[in-house]
Amino acid sequence: MLTFTIRRLVLAVPTLLFISLVIFLLLELAPGDPMAQVPLTVPPDVKEKMREALGLGQPMHIRFWKWIVQFFWIEPQVLIDSMFGTTFSQGDLRVISWQTRSPVMDIVVQRIPQTLWVVGTAYVVAILIALPIGIYSAYRQYSWFDQAGTFVSMVGFSVPPFFSGVLVIVIFSVQLGWFPSIYDTTHRVDDWDSFVYQLRQMIMPVMVLALQITAQLSRFMRASMLDNLNQDYVRTARAKGLSEYTVVMVHVLRNSMIPVVTVIALGIPAIFGGAIITEQVFKVNGIGQLLIGAIQANDLPMVQTLTFIFAVLIVLFNLIADVLYGILDPRIRYD
Amino acid sequence: MTDKDRTDTLVPDEGLAPASTALPTTDVMEELATPPRSQWRDVWDQFKSHKGAMLGAMLFIFIVAGVYLGPYLWSIDPTQIDIRARNQGPSWAHPFGTDQLGRDILARMMSGGQTSVSVGITAMLLALFLGSFIGVVAGFFRRLDGPLMRLTDLFLALPLLPLLLVMMLLFREPLSAAFGLERGIFILIVCAIGITSWMPTARIVRGDVLAIKEREFVLAARSIGTSNSQIITRHILPNVLSPIMVSATLGIATAIITESALSFLGLGFPPDFPTWGRLLFDGVDYLQQYPERVFWPGLAISLTVLSVNYLGDGLRDALDPRIRGR
Repeated sequence: MLTFTIRRLVLAVPTLLFISLVIFLLLELAPGDPMAQVPLTVPPDVKEKMREALGLGQPMHIRFWKWIVQFFWIEPQVLIDSMFGTTFSQGDLRVISWQTRSPVMDIVVQRIPQTLWVVGTAYVVAILIALPIGIYSAYRQYSWFDQAGTFVSMVGFSVPPFFSGVLVIVIFSVQLGWFPSIYDTTHRVDDWDSFVYQLRQMIMPVMVLALQITAQLSRFMRASMLDNLNQDYVRTARAKGLSEYTVVMVHVLRNSMIPVVTVIALGIPAIFGGAIITEQVFKVNGIGQLLIGAIQANDLPMVQTLTFIFAVLIVLFNLIADVLYGILDPRIRYD
Repeated sequence: MTDKDRTDTLVPDEGLAPASTALPTTDVMEELATPPRSQWRDVWDQFKSHKGAMLGAMLFIFIVAGVYLGPYLWSIDPTQIDIRARNQGPSWAHPFGTDQLGRDILARMMSGGQTSVSVGITAMLLALFLGSFIGVVAGFFRRLDGPLMRLTDLFLALPLLPLLLVMMLLFREPLSAAFGLERGIFILIVCAIGITSWMPTARIVRGDVLAIKEREFVLAARSIGTSNSQIITRHILPNVLSPIMVSATLGIATAIITESALSFLGLGFPPDFPTWGRLLFDGVDYLQQYPERVFWPGLAISLTVLSVNYLGDGLRDALDPRIRGR
């Protein structure tokens, strides 16, 4: 198992390098000039100097290499510095955003908590809702609960977040006036009232995201439970005289959870991508919105870094899912 | 159904058991007495019994017909501006009302639907072609299997929505300069969605091809000297048709959602060229006063996707020989 994990970790390096190359080349080969916004009165030699100041003068492979070094060597040093107060990264050039002229990673670090709060809560809520629904609708297959659950999950699957988000804004914020339609990220929680306000503003984005995740997870949970409920060991457990609760909640559930856990792990990076739209709808000031803003402002270093962070998340959670599968299911040991 | 007769019905289908053990049982003999039925007849019978799928199919056909044939009945030009009749509520002249420039929303919904549905279908076809091609090649030629599947894994590891957004931003100018504004962006969106959504199809098709390749009829075809390309087109492709069809329906759904998402984020089609996602995006500005303007396009997207998903669900059940006939 350990060798498998190490082998996968080693394999992840070329994957990440390839992805970073794809992202870099995509941005590189694309037309578009960061100097396009500069007024025409600026003389060409000054423009050339500005271009060099942005690091655009050198050939492509050197810039790729510099970006890789900045991302994998200098940024971790900055992280260590800020944690332990050391000075490894002093004087090194970091990845600079063209929009704000400040290090990209600093902005990302500022934005991550907002995304994590909303997305993380939504994910936890969705898991808590989806698992019982999946279990019960598999146990009572084709009952009215199962039919309703399947229909709701189909709807949740089909309604895109940019519609469900707008719909809950119309219902709960415009018509009923219960919740604020815009997520206020500057809000601080320091007493009970502000906590209630935070809760109210989180309900709608969490609801929209959770609906989507619940739909997928409960379908998966149901299918996985159904696969196991007809197995011979379930009949054996019943024949032994175990209570129905023990049979379903201990024997069947534990075996059905194996694929579901890996799906939960695989879904985490996808959620960050899906949150882009939800963040846009509710004006949550997270990384998704940062990416959209950077794309609209043609801020290539920011776009590069963010896209790459998403890619790292995907590769990382793929790895986690594979390792988890091996740990949970003794039939699959990759040795 | 007990375990015993399930294995009985499965054995002739699997083709794995040697001929001597697959002795015809009594119910197989009875089946032989009745006239033979084609496979597609069985599929259709099973499909008919899935109510959700039938409803989904009818709804999808209704939406597609409404979107393409509707403009012949409702002949108001979607781009015609009538500034005196702006922001009207539903009436007989404008059943869905008019927008902030007095354009008829029903007509705009139809022409938007044409774009959305045709983007969905074209992008699905492209993804399907790429996916089946890569899947068949990877499954059939052992030497290409490794590299192609690594490529698939790499594509699956790409963050798709951010990349799509970046592609839209970067290539919209040159492509709309080369092919004209509308066609350029159409090509861009279709290619972008197609290139980023072929991977699941490729994986499923490869798995099926790997299994079918080892069956006796392929060996028989090879032994009489059939060339590789003929084995693929005559013997392999018809047998992997069912997973391809299922991923086709799911592909339409994802393509429509992706296109709407791009339009919603302001990176899809230009404003004067409506799609459902774009109409929704435009409606958000008037959310407080005219919530119905968001509602109609959103409902159209959701209903289309829902109907296609149900269609795919039913198709999967109908094409699965283990479920069919139960």
